[in-house]
Amino acid sequence: MLLNEFLLLGAVLFSLGVYGVIVRRNGVAVLMAIELILNAVNINFIAFSAMNRDLGGQVFALFVIAIAAAEVGVGLAIVLAIYRNRRSVDLEAVDLMKG
Amino acid sequence: MLAALPTQVAAAGAGSFRSPPIDWHAFAPLVVLAGVFVLVLLVDLFTAEHQKWLTSTLTGIGMLGALIPVLTLAVDGGDRTMFGGAFVVDDFALVMDAVFLVAGYVTVLLSTNAIAEGDYWEGEYYQMLLASVLGMVVMASARDLVSIFVALELLSIPAYLLAGWRKRELTGNEAGLKYYLMGVFATAVMLYGMSLIYGGTGSTLLVEIGRRMDGSFGATPVAALGIVFTLVGFAFKVSAVPFHNWAPDTYEGAPTPVTAFLSVASKAAGFVALMELVFVAFYGRADVYGPMMWILAAATMTVGNLIALRQTNIVRLFAYSSVAQAGFIIAPLAIAGSRGSAPDAIRAIVTYAIIYTAMNLGAFGVIIAVSRKTRSGEIASWGGLFEYAPGLTAAMTVFLFALAGIPPLGGWFAKFQVFKAVLSAAGVSGAALAVVIAVNTVVSLYYYAGIARVMWFEPVPDGDRTPIRIQPAVGLAVVLMAGLTIVFGFIPGTVAHFGNVATDLFAAAAGTR
Repeated sequence: MLLNEFLLLGAVLFSLGVYGVIVRRNGVAVLMAIELILNAVNINFIAFSAMNRDLGGQVFALFVIAIAAAEVGVGLAIVLAIYRNRRSVDLEAVDLMKG
Repeated sequence: MLAALPTQVAAAGAGSFRSPPIDWHAFAPLVVLAGVFVLVLLVDLFTAEHQKWLTSTLTGIGMLGALIPVLTLAVDGGDRTMFGGAFVVDDFALVMDAVFLVAGYVTVLLSTNAIAEGDYWEGEYYQMLLASVLGMVVMASARDLVSIFVALELLSIPAYLLAGWRKRELTGNEAGLKYYLMGVFATAVMLYGMSLIYGGTGSTLLVEIGRRMDGSFGATPVAALGIVFTLVGFAFKVSAVPFHNWAPDTYEGAPTPVTAFLSVASKAAGFVALMELVFVAFYGRADVYGPMMWILAAATMTVGNLIALRQTNIVRLFAYSSVAQAGFIIAPLAIAGSRGSAPDAIRAIVTYAIIYTAMNLGAFGVIIAVSRKTRSGEIASWGGLFEYAPGLTAAMTVFLFALAGIPPLGGWFAKFQVFKAVLSAAGVSGAALAVVIAVNTVVSLYYYAGIARVMWFEPVPDGDRTPIRIQPAVGLAVVLMAGLTIVFGFIPGTVAHFGNVATDLFAAAAGTR
């Protein structure tokens, strides 16, 4: 079975996602990077599910997909609220409070 | 639930599905909360703007109503297990349910006037609050990676919205965005850790994971990576250093009642999840989580306290103070793995969480009452509070010295339990951690006493001595929490009892090994 290849794909996607979250300055791009991580998680779950011959991992992946959708809905709403107030989604500018 | 799925599917054959047995009594707190949620939604839909107070009253009654089945379940005794062990109602779950529901009720009391006056979408506010508390109550009973994940999201997603509730103000946006991005990132990393653990153990059930962690998989580096990633997700939730960056900005930008809720209930939920994972699933790998929790605890206490020392804004000061307090609560987890220390550690964490809930919510009640008059978050504006608001000053002094851990107020017993747990572990690491805790307790006294000094001895900054009109709801919350703080301090047996019964979390897990 191709387990290692799937896990490698998952690890690469995870790393790309973490890199994106840290480096990108655009709010929407950071949301997309987080989606990459979540998809890496799903690939892991489904590959392990096939390896273990257990449906639990696939069910978990379904839960992750459903809840990630709700999460991104809220995230886009917050980014939209910021865009309405500032006309930009640049995260570096969102830094009023310090100390 | 999930482990049983393949056999069920195989047995079901041609599309006949039998639903698992459901114990409605065990579910009753969740059913009440969900029912009130729907009710508030409908009431909000069909009432005029001047009747929106109904939603807050209903929410408050709902939180108290959900306490009734928690009490009947506690009287009834006995553990109730559902879905093949994914959802367990034991004494640990009941104690934490009660903490979440009381914290939710007090948050409603604190919110009623602030949200009504602030033009802040009342109906939706209380729906989000109910949904978040519902997630916490699920978290207390979750004993499966899937149910922990679902509970975490159910309590977090409404909390992201609550944090950004003042959506027309830039600070409100910033509060919501920082909380959201850090939270979602931490959750994603946590899920990656969970996927590794699922891969190695082949199960999402915590008890089953605990059993297989003791086997050959537990010794692999992958297992260690999975454990660290999973715990990091919750270290964010309890704002442990270095995952605390969001906390001060979110606390300052969110409406103050929401800040109170986040700093108490949401944090307690993070600790519940950490305890479930450490004591049930990862207990055999003390060599991984022990040092990790040691570093987190020491760093969280020290950094939180040191930054709190130079704060001039009262909400920011309490943000860092709550970071530091989280460090004290994490400390027992560092030694949980050493022989025979687990019950002590659970007792210390649960006791601390209960007492911390009382004293911190009370302190935020006073902050809300005072800042309504002073219109400022600066500590300097609290000068001479004693001259025109002696009652609030006395209450705040009680909360401040309780937070600092001065006997005979509640906080001393919490700190004492943590000390006892940390010292009960043999070896240098426990003793070293005890020293860190002792030093930090002294440091924290400095800034807590500083606020008290401003209130009692400084002159009133603008000479305005008109008395503060305390709204009845906020006043009730402050009186309730001050009463609890004092009772817990003078009669520690009351809160110690809850700590004792909660140790069945570990006893049940140890019994299956």
